Amino acid sequence: MSILPPSQKIWWKEPIHGIEITWIIIALIWCLVLFAWMPYWHIYGKQNLSNESYKTPPEVFEAKANAMAKAHTVRTEPKSNIPVVKPPAGSDVYMLGRLWQWWPILELEKNKTYRLHLSSLDWQHGFSLQPTNINLQILPGYETVVTITPDQSGEFAIVCNEYCGVGHHTMLGKIFVK
Amino acid sequence: MAMFRQCPDSGLFFHKSAESLMKAHAVLGVVYLLIGGVLGLLVALTRMPSLHVLNAEDFYLALSIHGTAILIFWIIFFEMAVLYFAASTLLRCRPATPGIGWIGFLLMVIGSTLVMVAFFRGNSSVMFTSYVPMPAEPIFYLGLILFAVGALIGCFIFLGTLVIAKKENTYDGSIPLVTFGALTATVIAIFTIASGAVILIPTLLWSLGFINHIDPLMYRTIWWALGHSSQQINVSAHVAIWYAIAAIIFGAKPMSEKVSRTAFLLYILFLQLASAHHILADPGVSSTWKVFNTSYAMYLAVLASMIHGLTVPGCIEIAQRKKGFNNGLFEWLQKAPWANPVFSGMFISLIIFGFIGGITGVVMGTEQINLIIHNTIFVPGHFHATVAVGTTLAFMAITYFLIPVLFRRQLIWPNACKWQPYIFGGGMLILSLLLLGAGTLGVPRRHWDINFSDAALQFQYAGTAITMMGIAGLGGLMAAVGGAMFCLIAVGSLVFGKRLDPGASLFSSFGFPMAASCYNIERPGKLELAPIEQTGDSGVQAKGTFVLALVFLASFVVYFFINAKYLSSIWPMG
Repeated sequence: MSILPPSQKIWWKEPIHGIEITWIIIALIWCLVLFAWMPYWHIYGKQNLSNESYKTPPEVFEAKANAMAKAHTVRTEPKSNIPVVKPPAGSDVYMLGRLWQWWPILELEKNKTYRLHLSSLDWQHGFSLQPTNINLQILPGYETVVTITPDQSGEFAIVCNEYCGVGHHTMLGKIFVK
Repeated sequence: MAMFRQCPDSGLFFHKSAESLMKAHAVLGVVYLLIGGVLGLLVALTRMPSLHVLNAEDFYLALSIHGTAILIFWIIFFEMAVLYFAASTLLRCRPATPGIGWIGFLLMVIGSTLVMVAFFRGNSSVMFTSYVPMPAEPIFYLGLILFAVGALIGCFIFLGTLVIAKKENTYDGSIPLVTFGALTATVIAIFTIASGAVILIPTLLWSLGFINHIDPLMYRTIWWALGHSSQQINVSAHVAIWYAIAAIIFGAKPMSEKVSRTAFLLYILFLQLASAHHILADPGVSSTWKVFNTSYAMYLAVLASMIHGLTVPGCIEIAQRKKGFNNGLFEWLQKAPWANPVFSGMFISLIIFGFIGGITGVVMGTEQINLIIHNTIFVPGHFHATVAVGTTLAFMAITYFLIPVLFRRQLIWPNACKWQPYIFGGGMLILSLLLLGAGTLGVPRRHWDINFSDAALQFQYAGTAITMMGIAGLGGLMAAVGGAMFCLIAVGSLVFGKRLDPGASLFSSFGFPMAASCYNIERPGKLELAPIEQTGDSGVQAKGTFVLALVFLASFVVYFFINAKYLSSIWPMG
């Protein structure tokens, strides 16, 4: 019984059931497959997490985002009054999270690759690109650089999915892909 | 002086002071289950898009309390009761320093009360995770620290009790497997609490203005060594309870001690790395580090859970087959006591923990797959299967055993008892599955309004996702009914249940000792080795369990590759 001391004082010498050992081998192999899948996907998969990040003070990041917006703003979104920025393909693109918006709105070209820089100016935020469903954690003081290649055209939203205070659920951003 | 009583129904020995501590901790646990449960229902009804009952501010407040009251207070209070049970009762030993045990209990009460006060004052709706730099009031962090110190005292008393039992020779051979599982939980708890101290003490000083910056990534890395490891305490504790219930109901002996104990040891060795899989989508941590650590060093802790998943039902199957339920693959399971909530609660806990909680946990803990899951409502879908069904239902099941044995009260409402595990487990199953589905469609967790009605920009989730959130709310409602039944049965039995001992008074239900005359044993007989099984292990095989395990593996493999396929459909990135 599991609530009594083992029936043999040296329980290590008790025999193991056949199905136990079979199951342990099967389970171990599956665990190793799961483990190997991750390096495999780093080599052969196209969707990987970025390893490029920097410690960037919020004001420095804000200045870089402002400079990009100043250079490449094509129009202003009428209702929200947020600039729509169309950076050149292959360039460094900045998007900042703050209470409670993702700024600015981006317009990207389909199947072109961009270096998207993300950071927060205040609290932690969650970058959740919908409906393609890419989710990243954004921390103040840390700048992540994600190399992305939008392969669908249309209008995409960035939902904040890290709780950031009472206006959290109003925090949205936009990316247009043309 | 005689300090022990023997329960005539179970044969277990209870020491006067350990018994009082067990009762006090268990009752406080249920109080927090009730508070957390009521707020959980409000959260579920708010996230039903058609009802949306709370306003934003109240919703985030309710969600913060729900998470903290359940994940920390209910579970750790109850776990302390389990530790006293596994050391003092199972080893027939007096508890080490019961007076200090009450100080620990008091610290836990004060700490948890301070946290609740901070919440209800309204300036600390920072969620269970309290990520910096979003600030809570200093008493919030102080309360958590005091609570943790109290729990740490309980852990050391458990270890001290093991030492006394060894020294006073209260048992023969090695400690029972259940006590070994509790020991695993204790070791992980000490690591967990130490991590908590490392991060919460500086955070308290930061909230008081003595430190001007806490790095958010450092906070997340160390905080999750508290936040996730504390869930591993639960896993060890509820697996120990599964073995205990298998022994209590079926007289089941572990298939082999070596395998089950090694599996517990794997938890100790590898689960501490679990904090890593919470920061998979974070900047500043390399993929190499993530791949190694998130997989708990090549999934060796997952292996441990897969082993327990076989050996717990396996030992039940063998015990049942020896009783003659030997036809076909599954007669042993059909003829199990499904109307006994101690068994049904335990078995539902095991199945849902493994099939839903286990599989989804590993899938979302895979480095790249986490991209499509991080911070979506998939995550609560996962942990309602692991903690709400796995841990909480296992604790509920053992409570049905403890009310007559420890509190000496008969359970009231036998019919409600019979149905409660199904209603609670069923509701949670619906909730979990639908949240997993909605999360796969990108719905965020911790979000008041996925229709974004007062936002400057607009976005619409797929109609299916909205429907799923609605049905999930109904599952939450059903689970809340099951949870309420449990609280009413537990408290009702303690107050109004038929007394099984003349000493079982109202006060003794809440931590006071029974009448002095109950404690008539000076020293219980030495706990002897389990009898050697006559038939030999080769005679009876757990074939049915093996088939179940293969079904589990097939589901696991299919679900993993479905998600890998889904990952391959998102925008290329790196």
